[in-house]
Amino acid sequence: MCLAVPGRVVGIEERNGTSMARVDFGGVVKDVCLAYLPEIEVGEYAIVHVGFAIQRLDEESALATLRLFERIGALDEEFGDAWARAAAESETASEEENR
Amino acid sequence: MKYIDEFQDPELARRLLDEIARTVTRPWAMMEVCGGQTHSIIRHGLDQLLPDTVELIHGPGCPVCVTPLAVIDKALEIASLPDVVFCSFGDMLRVPGSDRDLFRVKGDGGDVRVVYSPLDALRIAQRTPDKQVVFFGVGFETTAPAIAMTVHQAKRLGVRNLSLLVSHVRVPPAIEAVMRSPDCRVQAFLAAGHVCSVMGTSEYPALADTYRVPIVVTGFEPLDILEGIRRAVRQLERGEHHVENAYPRAVSAQGNPVALRVLREVFTTTDRTWRGIGTIPDSGWRLSDAYRDYDAEHRFDITGPAAAEPAVCRSGEVLQGLIKPHECAAFGIICTPRTPLGATMVSSEGACAAYYLYRRLSPPHTEEKASVD
Ligand code: SF4
Repeated sequence: MCLAVPGRVVGIEERNGTSMARVDFGGVVKDVCLAYLPEIEVGEYAIVHVGFAIQRLDEESALATLRLFERIGALDEEFGDAWARAAAESETASEEENR
Repeated sequence: MKYIDEFQDPELARRLLDEIARTVTRPWAMMEVCGGQTHSIIRHGLDQLLPDTVELIHGPGCPVCVTPLAVIDKALEIASLPDVVFCSFGDMLRVPGSDRDLFRVKGDGGDVRVVYSPLDALRIAQRTPDKQVVFFGVGFETTAPAIAMTVHQAKRLGVRNLSLLVSHVRVPPAIEAVMRSPDCRVQAFLAAGHVCSVMGTSEYPALADTYRVPIVVTGFEPLDILEGIRRAVRQLERGEHHVENAYPRAVSAQGNPVALRVLREVFTTTDRTWRGIGTIPDSGWRLSDAYRDYDAEHRFDITGPAAAEPAVCRSGEVLQGLIKPHECAAFGIICTPRTPLGATMVSSEGACAAYYLYRRLSPPHTEEKASVD
């Protein structure tokens, strides 16, 4: 949750009086609120944290960071199935307890 | 060499490491504040690649780790109530409260949902008007604006069945607390880049001045961290202590002005207890009086059991950089990411988990020194 992940803005629309974007994080596409970065345009990269764009980023840095996050599993942690992960951890935990 | 080949630009990493080694004339200790940085440092073995004379101390910058037990217990209590939908970020699911965690509450029938963004909780509240929707607001300055905007929108849209259990923390008071500790060994700080993307750097010069400590705003990719360390070492060797921005592509001095405005409207600063550390004055945010209706602690009459943390857990010392994780007797034996005793083991950004995941199981003095080539 703590890391902010760069992504590319692929679409912008107005919803409920708020500017929202579709942002592509290396394949995972999410709804992102643009309230804090209203001037960003389609095709640009932004650092996104818990569904909010907080700062622009150049393409080269954005792609490099995405590659790093991919490698260290941060993308899965951010966008993957938290319940499955918690269940796996908890199963192993009870196995360890029973041993 | 095992670690350095994985760098994006091994040549540049080598050059930075060489320059650091050339500059250092005596031992220095610096603290990386952000848990993401700790993770990256351990993952890439930066601490082993650096000269012996440059020590990295891992800071308290993992919000999952520092959320107090009493707040976790409150979250568990609220999540167990009937007619409550409890929304949280995924990494809070396994954080141990006194006797269970959110994952267990869900297993026992509680309506606990993982959301990607606090705005998802607002949407759930709009769709389920007959339920009370509660969002667990945890995080540093990077996260707080998202929560603030969510509350702001809830009020604007007239959504009344949403409330927030807020436990936000701020970095500058934590830096101050570290510097004031009588055991403090920290001589420089690598400040958290994304926190500064939001807040800018204006809170830091006074700290650098008062405590005569260099503060370098740093990203969390390995090369960013090495660049931050290089600059911190240069300042230390020259006897300087000012604020430097080593992450300009994501951080400007003024931060994000819109986010700052909303933060100031929705939140006011408050004293906050940090798990394992204790209360730090003015180190957190709570909802301001204008948004008091959205505070879950006011909406639900909960006390939360007065709980003690496991005596064996030394996460408070770990969080303040007083010991390294593997110096804790429980480390890797009765305390693992699967069976965490403290939050620094349960969060992957916690120092204990980072050490465990990347196999730093031996005591520090027996650790083999990694070489650059
Ligand atoms: S290893 Fe476990 S018990 Fe020891 S300090 Fe870390 S979290 Fe606490």
